[in-house]
Amino acid sequence: MAKIKMKKKSTSTDMTAMCDVAFLLLTFFILTATAKVPEALPVDMPSSVAQTKLPDSDLAIITIGTGKDGKSKVFFDIKGREIRKKTLEGMGAKFGVTFSEDDKTKFALMDDFGVPITNLKQIIDMKAADRTKADQPGIPIDSLDNQLKEWLLVSRRAAIDIDDKELQIAIKGDAKEQYPQIKKIMDILQDQKINSFNLVTGTRGKDF
Amino acid sequence: MAELNTGDGGGGKGGKVRSKKQNSKVDLTAMVDLAFLLITFFMLTTSLSKPQSMDLSLPDKDPDDKTPPVKVDENRTMTVMLGENNKMVYYMGLLSAPKIGPKDIAYGKDGIRKELLTQKKAVLAYSTALGKPKNGIIVIIKPTKKSNYRNLVDILDEMGISGVDTYAIVPEFTPEETKLIDKKPE
Repeated sequence: MAKIKMKKKSTSTDMTAMCDVAFLLLTFFILTATAKVPEALPVDMPSSVAQTKLPDSDLAIITIGTGKDGKSKVFFDIKGREIRKKTLEGMGAKFGVTFSEDDKTKFALMDDFGVPITNLKQIIDMKAADRTKADQPGIPIDSLDNQLKEWLLVSRRAAIDIDDKELQIAIKGDAKEQYPQIKKIMDILQDQKINSFNLVTGTRGKDF
Repeated sequence: MAELNTGDGGGGKGGKVRSKKQNSKVDLTAMVDLAFLLITFFMLTTSLSKPQSMDLSLPDKDPDDKTPPVKVDENRTMTVMLGENNKMVYYMGLLSAPKIGPKDIAYGKDGIRKELLTQKKAVLAYSTALGKPKNGIIVIIKPTKKSNYRNLVDILDEMGISGVDTYAIVPEFTPEETKLIDKKPE
């Protein structure tokens, strides 16, 4: 009598389709990902349970943190290349500093900066890696020389000119920053009748 | 799993020289593993890199504003003072005649949040008894000069969590309040 033979199944599966899908997704994620840029002024943001995300464009970020020398510094960043260009133009005209077309293009691709307008050209001329290392002194916010106010004013105008939208303002403060520093920034904003703004925070754990 | 072995047995002795028949199947497992690893990496980094933000709206600060300040029922107010080294003091009502407190309280789940929720309910019950169930609790946040940004964001966050809609940031202190918040813990 013949024995009933079990059919031997092959253990290997065809991975081609799976591989295709995986790489398709991989490509998608690589293309949509935005590379994380090193910050000129690293801040440790406080965390909150807020879920709102920051918009990608028409946004100005004011960073308040403590520099390497232990002093509190204010940095400024605008999202959106066209607005950046226009803002630099406006600021140059206001403070009598001329920026070439090349400078403007470079500035549009830059990230946050923290120098008085007179030193901005040096920062623009630097390489991206050097900018982070350069010891930027922060934007002056004294009542005598309040350049942050001007930056805000000019960038808001630029946003309205280009996108016909009000510029959103976000404050990114270091968790250890003393309240009066934050208050000073809020006062500058309120002086321009910006009563609604965002506080950039990190994510808090679920069990908080 | 690996199927790269070629499919011929002992070669033909003295026969024709045959080219070896290659198996066309390649083991893709490692490749798929790698691809999924990278996908996971990119998925996690893209969604996490976008920072969260908290909306904050402050009242209009117009020096020409002649609107008289609105009087509120002191039974509905809760004052929270933020001090140095994560110290927090709260009281209900007026400081001269506080309903509860002034008491030190901790940040977080078991501290201020519990108290906020309790007081919120109490105020709501009080307002409903008066026939105005829409009047909820009013929280006055007073950050001192020595408090830090984390304290402010934490307390604003607590407002969001416990659903307190009416709150104000008032960095003004009476001498009694300053004494209270500067008092060193025994």
